[in-house]
Amino acid sequence: MAVNDTLEGTRKIVEEAEVQRPNLHPLAPSVNDFNQELTTLNLGPTHPATHGIFQNILQMDGERIVSGVPTIGYIHRAFEKIAERRPFYQITPLTDRMNYCSSPINNMGWHMTVEKLLGVEVPKRAQYMRVILMELARISDHLICNGILGVDTGAFTGFLYLMDEREKIYEIYEEVSGARLTTNMGRVGGMERDFTDVAIEKLRTWLKTFPAVMSEFEKMFNRNRIFMDRVVDVGAISAERALNYGFTGPNLRAAGVDYDVRVMNPYSSYQDFEFEIPVGTKGDTYDRFMVRNEEIWQSLRIINQALENLPQGPYHADAPHYYLPPKQAVYKNMEALIYHFKIVMGEIEAPVGEVYHSVEGGNGELGFYLVSDGGRTPYRLHFRRPCFIYYQAYTEMVTGQTLSDAIVTLSSMNVIAGELDA
Amino acid sequence: MADQNESPAAQEAAAAQDPATQKNAQLLALLHRLFGADTFTDVEEPYGLLTATTTRERIHDIIAGLQQDQELQVNFLTTMCGMHFPDKEGQELGMVYHLHSLVHNVRLRLKIFFPINDPVVPTMTDLYSTANWMEREAYDFFGIQFPGHPNLIRILNVEDMDYHPMRKEYALEDGTREDKTDLFFGR
Repeated sequence: MAVNDTLEGTRKIVEEAEVQRPNLHPLAPSVNDFNQELTTLNLGPTHPATHGIFQNILQMDGERIVSGVPTIGYIHRAFEKIAERRPFYQITPLTDRMNYCSSPINNMGWHMTVEKLLGVEVPKRAQYMRVILMELARISDHLICNGILGVDTGAFTGFLYLMDEREKIYEIYEEVSGARLTTNMGRVGGMERDFTDVAIEKLRTWLKTFPAVMSEFEKMFNRNRIFMDRVVDVGAISAERALNYGFTGPNLRAAGVDYDVRVMNPYSSYQDFEFEIPVGTKGDTYDRFMVRNEEIWQSLRIINQALENLPQGPYHADAPHYYLPPKQAVYKNMEALIYHFKIVMGEIEAPVGEVYHSVEGGNGELGFYLVSDGGRTPYRLHFRRPCFIYYQAYTEMVTGQTLSDAIVTLSSMNVIAGELDA
Repeated sequence: MADQNESPAAQEAAAAQDPATQKNAQLLALLHRLFGADTFTDVEEPYGLLTATTTRERIHDIIAGLQQDQELQVNFLTTMCGMHFPDKEGQELGMVYHLHSLVHNVRLRLKIFFPINDPVVPTMTDLYSTANWMEREAYDFFGIQFPGHPNLIRILNVEDMDYHPMRKEYALEDGTREDKTDLFFGR
């Protein structure tokens, strides 16, 4: 029986502690036996150090964690149910709000799933554009995660450095799509619009300036004595347990398994680019931090390659049934008006079939399982949300550690509440 | 995708060249050898992913056998989720398992169906720790029971809810209203 998941077990521990307690006033300190005095500590639901709305009911023996029960669902929004009533385009905003630190990846993953179902071939330029945006999203996701890990260990400076860079990434999003956080920039068949010259200029400038900042951040943390004392051997998980728990992404790679969806099942022309998969050895908080740092460098490599080799040509597929026609054409062209109307009203029917497509999200394998019965909406849509799957290992990872270790473990796992609950 | 004008024989030859099809054929042969050919029905390959339907009596054996199999090493349970088909008499509810062999990079989808008035499925928590919350999610949303699960309580919804909201009979719109239909939700 898993330690982490049993309310029953927790109650038993409390009861046992109660039984063994000398018959004193409840507030009186137990003088003789500190070992059997357990404290129930509610970490969360809203605590600044939990970075989201989820609760951990921890049983503490002094400073040590004896067991814990995670409780989630505080921001559950019924995405899967809502998606059953929405045409494909209108599901895109739902995906934006899952992992809101890297929403373009969710977006593109969703559109690729629909394209697979509909059999739409995406032109090369759009694929490269997607790669650039997805890697930017990965970088911003990792920046936030590592920056916050710095804050949790008491170093605010690194966070400020990296937050500034994330701001610049959001400015690039803004040039590309008009939005900063909930970008909604992909479309079925390609991209909503082409990169503007300003966007490419901003991207190039950022690619030139960012490595210096990142190096400085790494210099500040990687071999920092105080930081290492707080994170080495903290919240470790073995490769075997990590696989059993369904870990993916940086958390799995930190444990030493080089599984990456971009390499195993390439999508969107990832096979064209050269990059490496960083792996750790121990699966502790330090390894997770280092793997994320290294992934940022690899993502930069991919962006540079994609930008240098960005093919000319259309930025969306010639798929009038699914891709909105240009607005000017809608005013003058009857065909365009019809398609525009049908797409906007969601009258386009999808073929019967079921499709599973996964992309490498900021936290790991983000999968979409879509069952279509031939209607205009999905019959059933299931998101494989990496956070939801690996967060259940959290209490097992922190059992036996101190409370401050639990905080850094949580932030290094990068649990995003929107993705956890969906 | 094979060209429509090609002859069936040419299509077959082209399919045999395709590595994904070959992989699926090998995988299916292995499944048949390990668990018997009559265990699997409705074998198909939608979008290149081998899909097979089996029974809930066999599913635990199959997933355990695939996990322990030295040849294939299916060591990763990618995801599992419930389904509801109210029109299928006696097979209203379903569970879908996505499995993945990280060693050989082979994916596999297994399905089981069972009646809604007897929604009992063996738990996978003894094989994969990751099944814990996924089964709780399936219980929460579809009311599927997993005997042997260490802690089968609701996970995303409130505990005093008395229905399972992902079933098709629960509409998104407020059921007491007559002026709006569910059809227009989200428009």
